[in-house]
Amino acid sequence: MSDPDRLSLHVPEPAVRPGGQPDFSNVKIPKAGSVPRPEIDVAPEEIRDLAYSIIRVLNRDGEAVGPWAGLLSDDELLAGLKHMMTLRAFDARMVMAQRQGKTSFYMQHLGEEAVSCAFRKALNKGDMNFPTYRQAGLLIADEYPMVEMMNQIFSNESDPLRGRQLPIMYSSKEHGFFTISGNLATQYVQAVGWAMASAIKNDTKIAAAWIGDGSTAESDFHSALVFASTYKAPVILNIVNNQWAISTFQGIARGGSGTFAARGLGFGIPALRVDGNDYLAVYAVAKWAAKRARRNLGPTVIEYVTYRVGAHSTSDDPSAYRPKTESEAWPLGDPVLRLKKHLILRGAWSEERHTQAEAEIVDAVIQAQKQAEGHGTLHAGGRPSVRDIFEGVYAEMPPHIRRQRQKAGY
Amino acid sequence: MARMTMIEAVRSAMDVSMGRDDNVVVFGEDVGYFGGVFRCTQGLQAKYGKTRCFDAPISESGIVGTAIGMAAYGLKPCVEIQFADYMYPAYDQITQEAARIRYRSNGDFTCPIVLRMPTGGGIFGGQTHSQSPEALFTHVCGLKVVVPSNPYDAKGLLIASIEDPDPVMFLEPKRLYNGPFDGHHDRPVIPWSKHDLGEVPEGHYTIPIGKAEVRRKGSAVTVIAYGTMVHVALAAAEETGIDAEVIDLRSLLPLDLDAIVQSVEKTGRCVVVHEATLTSGFGGEIASLVQEHCFYNLEAPVVRVAGWDTPYPHAQEWDYFPGPARVGRALVEVMEA
Repeated sequence: MSDPDRLSLHVPEPAVRPGGQPDFSNVKIPKAGSVPRPEIDVAPEEIRDLAYSIIRVLNRDGEAVGPWAGLLSDDELLAGLKHMMTLRAFDARMVMAQRQGKTSFYMQHLGEEAVSCAFRKALNKGDMNFPTYRQAGLLIADEYPMVEMMNQIFSNESDPLRGRQLPIMYSSKEHGFFTISGNLATQYVQAVGWAMASAIKNDTKIAAAWIGDGSTAESDFHSALVFASTYKAPVILNIVNNQWAISTFQGIARGGSGTFAARGLGFGIPALRVDGNDYLAVYAVAKWAAKRARRNLGPTVIEYVTYRVGAHSTSDDPSAYRPKTESEAWPLGDPVLRLKKHLILRGAWSEERHTQAEAEIVDAVIQAQKQAEGHGTLHAGGRPSVRDIFEGVYAEMPPHIRRQRQKAGY
Repeated sequence: MARMTMIEAVRSAMDVSMGRDDNVVVFGEDVGYFGGVFRCTQGLQAKYGKTRCFDAPISESGIVGTAIGMAAYGLKPCVEIQFADYMYPAYDQITQEAARIRYRSNGDFTCPIVLRMPTGGGIFGGQTHSQSPEALFTHVCGLKVVVPSNPYDAKGLLIASIEDPDPVMFLEPKRLYNGPFDGHHDRPVIPWSKHDLGEVPEGHYTIPIGKAEVRRKGSAVTVIAYGTMVHVALAAAEETGIDAEVIDLRSLLPLDLDAIVQSVEKTGRCVVVHEATLTSGFGGEIASLVQEHCFYNLEAPVVRVAGWDTPYPHAQEWDYFPGPARVGRALVEVMEA
């Protein structure tokens, strides 16, 4: 018998651990098309339900239904499909390259391709993303050259970041992609600052902040929401809930709040929850938030409900903390297969064309890899100079760093 | 030329910078309508509007994080951390973000921000309004660290910091805001209006970051100081009658090593003074550089005078603060060695 006067600590646990039967019965999935689409100038308190539901467009049969459907043409959807397929093929090759010792580290997107690929299409040229390490779809969907990404991953002589940064921590101002830190949550509040600057200058550009479910526990997440709310910053506050923060299930960061999107409500920020494996739904919700920001109506919180099918990184083995078959039980399916099915249903695509496209994409990735490897890989071929260690700490090299560079022999 | 306190000089620097460049914005806790708890930003909101000078939530990581984002956009934020003691919540943003954005992106993005923060003791501020955390910044590559000791330098260095392409930590010794305090807390405050360096041009000028200044020429011993301790060192030299050469570093990172070496080679003796705690303080770095570069010129071991290795006490402030008596004893010690 427990003593009713003694306290006990509650430590949340996921529904299942390795060896158990995957169980997502706790994830309530509303029917596609069932969540209303409010006007963009809606008062946040009128759409509180949207922080607890899931906006979905594609139904089980592959049809696009409901008020969030109908925004994208066949060509746009086909391009989106190809972007997701490219990201998946790119990831597969780079995971292999890491195993072959061509780079030290890699992080893949398996199962989450729709989030960044579709989101990018809701932004304009000149807008700025402040990404985490799992949004390379922002670059792929903006046609950033794969060979440049690989040069960075291989830290070779053509690495645009001169070997200084961990693989996949890309940077491209031109493509609206802020330098990835690798430090968690810091970029979230920076995005709000960038958006404030755009508003200070009466510009038309907007910013997008990115964070994972686990990192919403960081204080910078809360700082970002305060500043975004106070100054009505033109920023989209994205939360990618892929269920796992390395080995920690999302319940540890979420606590008793019900959903991550609901965090926005206390700040008076409209908060929407969306099916992150549904390209059409991601695009529609991102577009809604982007319009709000551009109309000077302020920030929007979006939670993308998705699942990290792969390991956290190449240094992680998820079988140690979750059932191996859990990803197959994930109720929102695979984003590539869902969009493919929809396009076939529309008569814009076929199994044969898909197979052919897959082969062409893998070929393009291999060609890019060959080209990148021609500039070297982490331990072989061309590499950045030792001199690059000392350059770029400051705009102008101060005497003490110059002395150290000379001491190093460069 | 006008007579200015250090508060007015700092305000004038922001005023001149905001007038010259629309991209300069000023924000922080209480800095907007009210003009800051030390009144450094008084009148700036009225003059430039509330989107160029505004109040921020009490969230230092939020203030610095948003400043970094603004700088990435192309603005030049000059933000106030109300007390240097309050910067710790922003330390992650300062060290892992601001300091490294240029480096990690290979110049694709940069971070031209200035963090102004009142530093040091002497106002009975206790543990949380008296700290001197400069060594926590000098240990971070990618930052610049500036500590002015008078109104003329404060204005020229702050304009230079705002125009600098990299992040600058600008520590303002709060006990110097209204006069050149030399540690004699029991004497009336001498106002800046009676001091040569309280004479400040009204317009634009800069003082280069990384250049020290000799405040007193001497031949017996080199005293290396910055901020409030410059005035304490000058008092100690006068009171002991020891012909000390007093160097005001003005900026700690980058450091004017040539000025230090030149002086110590001449005097053969060196005392380093700072308010911050002794262990792992910036004085250790200077002492090390002096032995590395001037070992064969030294007649005596380098002596450090610093805050005791304890939290900053309240009631015992003047037993903690390294005043002219302690610095004087160090001068005698190094002369007798």
